[in-house]
Amino acid sequence: MRSRKDRVIAFLMVLPSLVAIYIFVYGFIGQAIQTSTSDWGSNPAQPPLAVNVVKSYVGLQNYENIMTDMLEFSFRNSLANTFFFTIFFVVGCLVVGLVLALLLDQNVVGEGIFRTIFLFPMALSFVVTGTIWRWMLQPNGGINILPQQLFGLDPIDFGWVNSRDVLFPFEWGQVPTYLTYFGIAIIAIMVVNFAMKGRWRASQYGVIAIVIMGLVLMAGLWDKIWLPLDEAATEAIIAPKGFNAALIGIIIAAVWQMSGYTMAMFIAGIRGIPEELREAARVDGCSEIGIYWRIVLPQLNPIILSAMIILGHISLKIFDLVFAMAGPDNAQTVVPGLLVYIEGFRENSFARASAIAVIMLFFVSVIIVPYLWSQLREEV
Amino acid sequence: MANVMTANEMRRYTIRVAIYVVLGLCTIIFLTPVYLVIVTALKDPATINLASTWSLPESLYFESFNEVMVEFGPRIQNSVALVIAATAWSSIAGSLNGYVFSKWRIPGEKILFPLMLFGMFIPYQAILIPLFEFMRNVNLYGGIPGLILIHTVYGLPITTLIFRNFYVDIPDEMLEAASIDGADFWGLYRHVVFPLSIPGFVVVVIWQFTQIWNEFLFAVTMTNTDSQPITVGLAQLAGGEAVKWNLPMAGAIVAALPPLIIYIVLGRYFIRGLLAGSIKG
Repeated sequence: MRSRKDRVIAFLMVLPSLVAIYIFVYGFIGQAIQTSTSDWGSNPAQPPLAVNVVKSYVGLQNYENIMTDMLEFSFRNSLANTFFFTIFFVVGCLVVGLVLALLLDQNVVGEGIFRTIFLFPMALSFVVTGTIWRWMLQPNGGINILPQQLFGLDPIDFGWVNSRDVLFPFEWGQVPTYLTYFGIAIIAIMVVNFAMKGRWRASQYGVIAIVIMGLVLMAGLWDKIWLPLDEAATEAIIAPKGFNAALIGIIIAAVWQMSGYTMAMFIAGIRGIPEELREAARVDGCSEIGIYWRIVLPQLNPIILSAMIILGHISLKIFDLVFAMAGPDNAQTVVPGLLVYIEGFRENSFARASAIAVIMLFFVSVIIVPYLWSQLREEV
Repeated sequence: MANVMTANEMRRYTIRVAIYVVLGLCTIIFLTPVYLVIVTALKDPATINLASTWSLPESLYFESFNEVMVEFGPRIQNSVALVIAATAWSSIAGSLNGYVFSKWRIPGEKILFPLMLFGMFIPYQAILIPLFEFMRNVNLYGGIPGLILIHTVYGLPITTLIFRNFYVDIPDEMLEAASIDGADFWGLYRHVVFPLSIPGFVVVVIWQFTQIWNEFLFAVTMTNTDSQPITVGLAQLAGGEAVKWNLPMAGAIVAALPPLIIYIVLGRYFIRGLLAGSIKG
């Protein structure tokens, strides 16, 4: 019925898009990886924007630089910032979104209006949000003087994006140790899980992995590889790593903007739960709160996971909100997305910017590729 | 005795009241920034200071909006030209791609489609520098046509996804019937698929419009002073030290208005685009 000619036309119609994606996504990613192993922008003899600039291969030197060089500490700071930003932003959006969705599930009068209000920030640009919240969070105005004006209380004394406070401080040199502990905890949970299902072989491998990781810790192996960073002199130059309090305001603005999105996902999920399921629980004498706890929340688990992945990858890429709220040069709020812009388009250190970009891509891929794979596999 | 509530009714009533109180509080919190933007934008800059941040303007002052329009200048036209062209191209291409991916077998589609979708999740920083080189080499760097190309290409994954999920629901029997009547690839598209895809086009056009209008990374790195879109203008307006806050706030309103109007008028379609981003339609 469908002729061979039509099949050829069909293929020819998607071909331009496929070629464009092949070049603009995969070709450019390859080129970025290649650039990240070159000296483009760091060789003084080669002006970076010259037409015939020569880029020499330097191996992993750029990666080594951003991970270990004393003067290149911004990248490490940006990693710490992204870590804390991601945790608080994702948890904040999930909690606020879930609360709003559950409230709106109570047959509320004017539900549509409430939904419109909670979701409208999603239609705004991060630049608009950042501009507005920058004004909201002026150290001597905005939110800080609100308690004073409303209730005559003392104004809040907090500098928001200008703050230099560091919460939960940790030593950069300890990061591999923390990660090892984390890995041991995860594998231990899996071992228990496998053992309960009677999969002894799998749990044996898990125990072996834990023993190896434990030996690595006891031998102090990480210190030997990593410690040169943590000499006293280095510590003096490198700002202490931790949760920079300057991020709090940006996290609040981001949650304000994005929690409507999680709310919409949850509402869609709750609507998808068959009413008979809830009715059956009611007949069995389950209380309304019990219904949410036993029926609704477990049904929402896959949506919570999707939301975590979508929000998590947004947070790894965050750029415009920080740019608009704290400016591109605020050392306390630096994030990798901003560093690529500064290193690449201000300093013309294209190779170093590419190395940061490749690391960003790596983290995003780690959470997105399995997600994409599982989503599309279910569908087919 | 009808006026007396039982303990159970009392409890229910209290819960209802509590729900509305919490919803009311959330509404106030969500709308506080809106209040602040509007009052600040309408104040005479001479009367703006930190202490009077929250007070209403003494008299309405609209001059800031005129000033902002002058400051934004050609940037608004840049944004409009960019958004219209890039939205049109990426929607048309997305519709064709979605049609082929949902109704035609092409070799390797099980791999090609996910590979395409991956393109909408990547951090664009990862391709920014090669893109910069490429645009310079093909002489499109720094202009609106270049920006249109960029937004069209990186819009393809999401537009293709939305249209594909939309077209999957069109029964294959309808296409079979039409092809027995002699319709070919284009005939099926023109007479069966396209007439059914108006809601799909609304979702995609709204989504692309708001995304491209709001976009900042390409806007700030791939343009020069003549081709900057509105988001860059706003960032500059607000970026300096000792800014007069009436201008950034008026600018924020101008920059937010087009997507906001679309959201309020066509919210249902906006939400569908939003949820399509988490893959399943």
